[in-house]
Order: sequence, then C-alpha cells, then structure tokens
Amino acid sequence: MELFFMTLTTGIMVGGIYALVALGWVLIFKCSGVLNLAMGELTLIGAYVTLSFYSMGVPFVLSILCTLIIGIVLGILIERIFLDKLIGEPILAVIMVTVGLSFFLKGLVGFIWGTDTRVFEPAIFSLKPFTIGFLKISIVYFWSFVLAIVLFLVFVAFFKYTRWGLSMQATADDETAALSLGVSARFVYAASWAIAFMAAGVGGALLGNINGVNISIGYLGLLVLPAVVLGGLNSVPGAIVGGLTIGILQNFAGTYLDGFFPGGVKEIFPFAFMAVFLLFKPYGLWGWIKIERM
Amino acid sequence: MGQGGEIKDGDTILKVEDIHMYFGKVAALAGVSLEVKKGEIHSIIGPNGAGKTVMMNCINGLYRPQKGNIYYKGQVINKVSPHKRAELGIGRTFQKLELYGGMTVLDNIRMGSHIHLKSGILSGSIYAGRTKQEEIKERKYIEEDIIDLLEIESIRDQVAHMLPYGLQKRVELGRALALRPEIILLDEPMAGLNLEEVEDMARFILDINEEEQWKTTCVLVEHDMGVVMDISHNILVLNFGNVITDGPPEEVGKNPEVMKAYLGEEDLYISRR
Repeated sequence: MELFFMTLTTGIMVGGIYALVALGWVLIFKCSGVLNLAMGELTLIGAYVTLSFYSMGVPFVLSILCTLIIGIVLGILIERIFLDKLIGEPILAVIMVTVGLSFFLKGLVGFIWGTDTRVFEPAIFSLKPFTIGFLKISIVYFWSFVLAIVLFLVFVAFFKYTRWGLSMQATADDETAALSLGVSARFVYAASWAIAFMAAGVGGALLGNINGVNISIGYLGLLVLPAVVLGGLNSVPGAIVGGLTIGILQNFAGTYLDGFFPGGVKEIFPFAFMAVFLLFKPYGLWGWIKIERM
Repeated sequence: MGQGGEIKDGDTILKVEDIHMYFGKVAALAGVSLEVKKGEIHSIIGPNGAGKTVMMNCINGLYRPQKGNIYYKGQVINKVSPHKRAELGIGRTFQKLELYGGMTVLDNIRMGSHIHLKSGILSGSIYAGRTKQEEIKERKYIEEDIIDLLEIESIRDQVAHMLPYGLQKRVELGRALALRPEIILLDEPMAGLNLEEVEDMARFILDINEEEQWKTTCVLVEHDMGVVMDISHNILVLNFGNVITDGPPEEVGKNPEVMKAYLGEEDLYISRR
C-alpha cells in the first residue's frame, strides 16, 4: 500500500511539470492552430539557460525569472522569424516548420552547451525525502511541483483575466471577428509563443533539477503529447488533468509493469495509453469537436 | 474616437479610389470607386458575385487590393492592418455570422468594447482604481445603450449560438457598435431574416445612423431592394466587379442598366424573400 501511495505522489509531482509544458502546447494550438513539435527543444533551451545562470552564481529563483524573460524574447523571435511569414499557409506546412525548428534548436543547444549531462551544482533542493504520515516525498519533487503549479495558475490567470488574454481567446475562437474588433492576430501569435516558451523553459529547468540536464530533456516535449491529446488539444483544464494523468500512469507503469516488461515500459506506456484512448475519444476529454483529429 | 481629426457631416469620411482586386485571373473588383460622406447610409448592391463582400473586405483590411487607394478621413489606409482599422473607427458585421458562440450575448458585446479599456495588466489584475472605474463606465454604456437600442434585454445572458439566427444578427451588430465606430460596414444584415426581423433591422440601422448618440455612418451591403431603396442616401451598383452607377435611390431606380442587371429580375427578388 505504501508503495502505491508513493508511486501516486511521485506521479502527481512529475505530472505537475508535464501540465506546465502541456499548457504551452495548448496555448499555441488554441491561438494559431499549430501543433508545435518543437516544444521539447523549448524545454531543453529553458533547462540550459537556467543552468547557465545558476552556474554563474545567480540564485535559483532569479535564474528562473531570467529564464522567463529570455523565454519571452526567444518565443517572440522564433515566431517573428520563422512563423509570422507562414500565417495563412496550410497548417501542415507550419507544423513541418516546427519539426525543422526542433532539429535546428537541438543542434544549436549541442553547439552551445555540449552534449554531456550536467547537474545543478550545488544542488538546489536536497534529494532527501520528508515524511508526512507514512508518505515519503522527496523535497526536490515537492518544490518542483509547487513551482510548476504556481506558474501554471499564473498563466491561466493571465489568459482568463487580462485584456491580452482576452485578445488571445478571441483570436482562438474566431480570428476574423477578432480582427474586426481591433485585436491584432500577429500580436496574439507572438504572445502565445512567448508564453509557451516560458512554460516549457521552466518545465525543462524543473525536470533538469531532478534528472540532470542533457539533450534527453527534449524528450519531455514528446512525452507531453499524450497529456495534451488526453485533455483535448485546446483545453487549458485538459492540460492539467492530462499532465497529472500521464505523470501518474507513467509512474505506475514503472513500478508495477516493469517486472513483466523490463526496460522502457515507463516511457512507452503513456503513448500506448494515448493510442487506446484516442480510439474512444478522438477529441480528448474537453477538446472542441471541431478541431481536427490527430 | 477622434483620430485623424474631426470631420463634419457631409464631408467625405471614406473614399475608395479605383481599386482592383484579383483572385488569380478572376477580377472581383475591376476599378471600383466609392465615396462615403459622413452621416449617410451608402448601400452597395449587385447580383451574387458582383464583388460586394470583397469590397467590404478591402475597406476593412481583410483583403489588400492589388491596385488603387482607400482613404479614411483623408489618409491612405491601404497598408493599415485590419485590427488597426478597427481602432481607427471602422466597425463591421459579417455576412456569415462570426459571433463568439460559446459566450453570452453580453460578453460578446463587451468583447467589442475591449479596445477602449486602456488599463494595463497590473491594475487589471488587482481590479482597482482606474480599471474599476473604466469597467463600470463601459458596462453602463454597453448595457444601457446598445441593449436598449437593439431590444435584446431579455436574452442578454443567453449563450450566443443557442439563439435564433435573427437575434444572432442583432448581437453581431451590437458587438460592432460596442467598438463605437464612426463608420460601420454592414454585410447583408438582413439576409436570412423574416419580414418582421427585416423591419426591425432596418429600424435599428436608421437609429444608429440618425440618433444623436450614435450618428454612425453606414456602408450597407444588402439584397433586399425594398429596404435598400427606403433607407439609403446613396446606392452603388456593382456587376461583375464593375460600377454600373452610383447615386441617390431615385436615380438608381431609373437607370436602365440597373433595371436590366438587377432590379428587372423581379422573379429572383421575390424568390429570395
């Protein structure tokens, strides 16, 4: 029983980070209809940027803030340089550009930071667990989860309660109408990339804290895909439910199924789950029916 | 909105000069000019495919004409993006509804007035001071005036896509009005409405145009000839992207070419109703 709850809590903690990255993905899809396949590389860059600041002696929280700011800048730059010209082009072309972008960014990261695994040193959070009742929770997981959820809520609040957020929602819903009401679609696209970059970057940094930073963090971007699909490609609440679910499932698979299928069942399980899930609910839990099927 | 200086009644507010718009080799507009005076209702009529909606989209900025200029209050606005044109005071409704279906009527209308909310994120997030006052002022304006005018008090809290088509058309007009435009482009506001609804809509358009508080110049694309003849000050007749004539309703009605191209088709006109 103890093992069960341990697995569950760890799953939730990691799921919080997935939810944050999933949010970035959902925002871009919601606002511009683009499935951003470079999401993993955005997390990768975020992780390395935070690491660089931290290694220079900047306190961790401040490093995260700097990552946010750099995320805004890079998000806008990427949108302006690569995607702005593609507005109005077939959506498949845009998606292919994000694939190209992912290779480009991955190469860039290798070029700048190298390919060795690096860790946050000195460690920010200790790996020692603290105990609530019979539950042992590792401190690093706990704080990563808290930070991820706080940021998630901040982004959601921005989306829901500010004028910019309103503009983004309006564009997502009906771009022509939004234009006629004085909403700039170009601004909205740039803003969605900026937010996505921020969310992904911090997600990467948090995960890097747990496992160390190397090129495989980019894999997170792909892992978030089942989470996004599960929640519905354009549903913000879906992002958090999907993120948590995938986190939990993944951990359970690792704990209970690894004995039967040794090796990578933990990595594969979310995708197997996604495939089966899509058979029954092709639009995810809360996705709009009008969206394209995956 | 006072950008570009004030303009008196009767001055030209919008001028379209010899615009050409091609889609591939099809000329949707082949050298069309239009001059709209402040305070008037200027209608654009023509058979299906005459280029009426294309014309609206050019004025509104959704399309960029390949040739020709569009002046708003004396300034060329060819390169101005659609959302900027909305800020300048050009509002519009759509032939095919473009409402925010999931939102309530009131929220749809509020969406239209969002560009008048100038407070930033910070004060917006704590909902105090300027934001609160702005919000209250805005809400009052919207609720009392637009909803009263369009007689949609009873449906204000209903979700837009659940409403009958005729009411959705009204809500879209309300949303465009919330922008407080100086000129409003109405793309077939009466298409698909029943007789009673058409009469209501015509009355609203007249109110928007004449009442002191709105005084909005209207560019109206419409098929319903009865209404167009009744409420317009001037009518531009298009056919296959060319201007047939432009003038007051009495003149246009007598023009033999118009009769032939459009008015003469009495059967068509009746069957559309």
